[in-house]
Amino acid sequence: MRNRKFILFALLLTIGLVLAACGGGDNNENANNNNNDASGDNGNNEETTDFSAAMVTDIGGVDDKSFNQSAWEGLKAWGEDNGLSQGNGFDYAQSDAPEDYVPNITRLVRDNYDLIFGIGFELKEDIQDAAEKNENTYFGLVDDLVDSPNAVSITFKEHQGSFLVGVAAALKTETNKLGFVGGVDSPLINKFEAGFIAGAKSVNPDITVNVQYAESFGDSSKGKMIAADMYNNDIDVIYHASGGTGNGVFNEARDLKNAEPDRAIWVIGVDRDQHEEGEIGDHNVTLTSMVKRVDVAVQDVTKRAQDGDFPGGEQLEYGLEENGIAVATTNEEAMTDDIISAVEEWKEKILNGDVEVPSTRDELKAFEEAL
Amino acid sequence: MTSNNKLFALIIPVISVFLGLLAGAIIMLLSGYNPIEGYSALWRGAFGDAFTIGETIRRTTPLILTGLAVAFAFRSGLFNIGAEGQVIVGWLAAVWVGLAIEAPMIIHLPLAVLAGALAGGLWGFVPGLLKAKLGVHEVIITIMMNYIALYISNEIIRSVLTDHATKTDQIASSASLASEWLQGLTYYSRIHYGFLIAIFAAVIMWFLIQRTTIGYELKAVGFNQHASKYSGMNVSKNIIISMVIAGGFAGLAGAMEGLGTYGNIHLMSGFTNLGFDGIAVALLGANNAFGVVLAALLFGVLKEGAGEMPTGAGVPTELVDIIIALIIFFVASSYIIRWALLRFKKEGK
Repeated sequence: MRNRKFILFALLLTIGLVLAACGGGDNNENANNNNNDASGDNGNNEETTDFSAAMVTDIGGVDDKSFNQSAWEGLKAWGEDNGLSQGNGFDYAQSDAPEDYVPNITRLVRDNYDLIFGIGFELKEDIQDAAEKNENTYFGLVDDLVDSPNAVSITFKEHQGSFLVGVAAALKTETNKLGFVGGVDSPLINKFEAGFIAGAKSVNPDITVNVQYAESFGDSSKGKMIAADMYNNDIDVIYHASGGTGNGVFNEARDLKNAEPDRAIWVIGVDRDQHEEGEIGDHNVTLTSMVKRVDVAVQDVTKRAQDGDFPGGEQLEYGLEENGIAVATTNEEAMTDDIISAVEEWKEKILNGDVEVPSTRDELKAFEEAL
Repeated sequence: MTSNNKLFALIIPVISVFLGLLAGAIIMLLSGYNPIEGYSALWRGAFGDAFTIGETIRRTTPLILTGLAVAFAFRSGLFNIGAEGQVIVGWLAAVWVGLAIEAPMIIHLPLAVLAGALAGGLWGFVPGLLKAKLGVHEVIITIMMNYIALYISNEIIRSVLTDHATKTDQIASSASLASEWLQGLTYYSRIHYGFLIAIFAAVIMWFLIQRTTIGYELKAVGFNQHASKYSGMNVSKNIIISMVIAGGFAGLAGAMEGLGTYGNIHLMSGFTNLGFDGIAVALLGANNAFGVVLAALLFGVLKEGAGEMPTGAGVPTELVDIIIALIIFFVASSYIIRWALLRFKKEGK
């Protein structure tokens, strides 16, 4: 009995000690941290720039192989050009759920970042709010519009790029059946859909496009299921605009290619050049990718802000002219010279204004009737 | 023996949390991070200033309610995996009422909150009915109901509440739980009056379970359905009541998000995870109303504080998920802790 009490006492004492040690450690560490931070900042001021920028991802995260990653690459490139390191001049805050957006933005404001990007249309309201409450901080929003003198909106003409990959798909298909896999059925993704269909039908009006939405940007098993269904029904080229869901599309295409290397099936990637995703043995199922240069835009805006020329209140729209949109030609085997020259031809037509690419379903309807 | 059991019920979660944090520290050490720095960042992230305290309370609020939803059903021996779907329909219904009706606050706000609870209750009623009348296992039905809720609410947002937009307009201010006073106190965090509702709900659950005949019957059904039936209780009725009330709690959690945190509902590209976290909260809280409040607070602190870990200490946020998983693991393996404690005792004698 006495023994038992003793053990209990010893246990309590140990826990107490551990906790006390933790507590003491906290303070020391904090003090050290602060010192480090302070000296780090001072060092910065002498050597490089004192301008700092950070970004808040949407739920995709910085390793989404898509536009969050692209934005982060742009920010990193800017930071490295200026001799900064992560956490010391530039940083990102990852959001695991929509409820994380506000705490993440506030945290970066509190840490005195001069320019804060919100990546993705989901952050629209939160960036708008933050911009109104923090007039001395610059904000940027990718993929949607904000309205505040200290905030800039960065959007892309995704329909233009989607039109061009639609042209490529139409020239590549043997069955005249194409597939489109969207993430969430929303105005943004409808832009991809409308552009793609318009591009394909401009080349060959007989082509049919099967449109499916996964209702998720992160459900790769759903993507795989939809892709399996499409490839089963004679569709041979699928364009995905669905973030992480698209990994399932690539997965299914690689599986099929692995089983039947002679079968012609293709995926068109989105946002970044998804060439690596399509590699299977000696083959590659990635026909091309609709590249959205979020990195270029982020780097550009940060640079302008650093130079005191922040485009506050403006709505920047990056398209083919601004090199904000491009079509990947990494898969040289699949993208033959004929296809590339046709894509270039249509690109000229878009740049000249001969072709007005539809960006909504309504515009697409009018476009198809005019064909 | 009973007092011993009560003591165990209290000690095991505490030890589990401690072991979970300890294991998290070891993982941080092994992956080359400083655990003290990591945990102090976590602490700062949850209680560092007024804003984070406000956000911690906000994050805790729906977790209390989903925790209650799971715990309440479990008291009658039912696994309510459907809290997730009940949250979504509750959210939708509350926002819908907030948007569609014009009324003074004293009518509008209670009506919107009630709509959320009713919708959640309805979503609990279906599996309850199927379980009671046809004996279909509630786990399967509630999982299915989650998907039905997710896709139906997305479709309603798209086609009924808006014209193909990704989120609805903001609800009328007369239906809003948000409080400028509280927000002003906490540097514009999204704290809202919902936490009072959540605590009130916990008191209701405690009262229902411990102090009423309905609660007694619900517990009896949970302990032994056959014995309850033999002693003249209506088992089917009790199963349905239990699921409806559980669903109502989860629906309230959705109403908190809709009327308090966001003030609208957006297209969901996946589950909110509030309902699934509720399962863990209920488990850690030992299915006890006040245990659930404490467990929800712990989860709120961990999840809110996690945001500070990458920027404050370079530790990835995923680590917090690992710690939470480990805590759950230790709670679930409470048998081992119990065995170890008993072993200690024997040696002592």
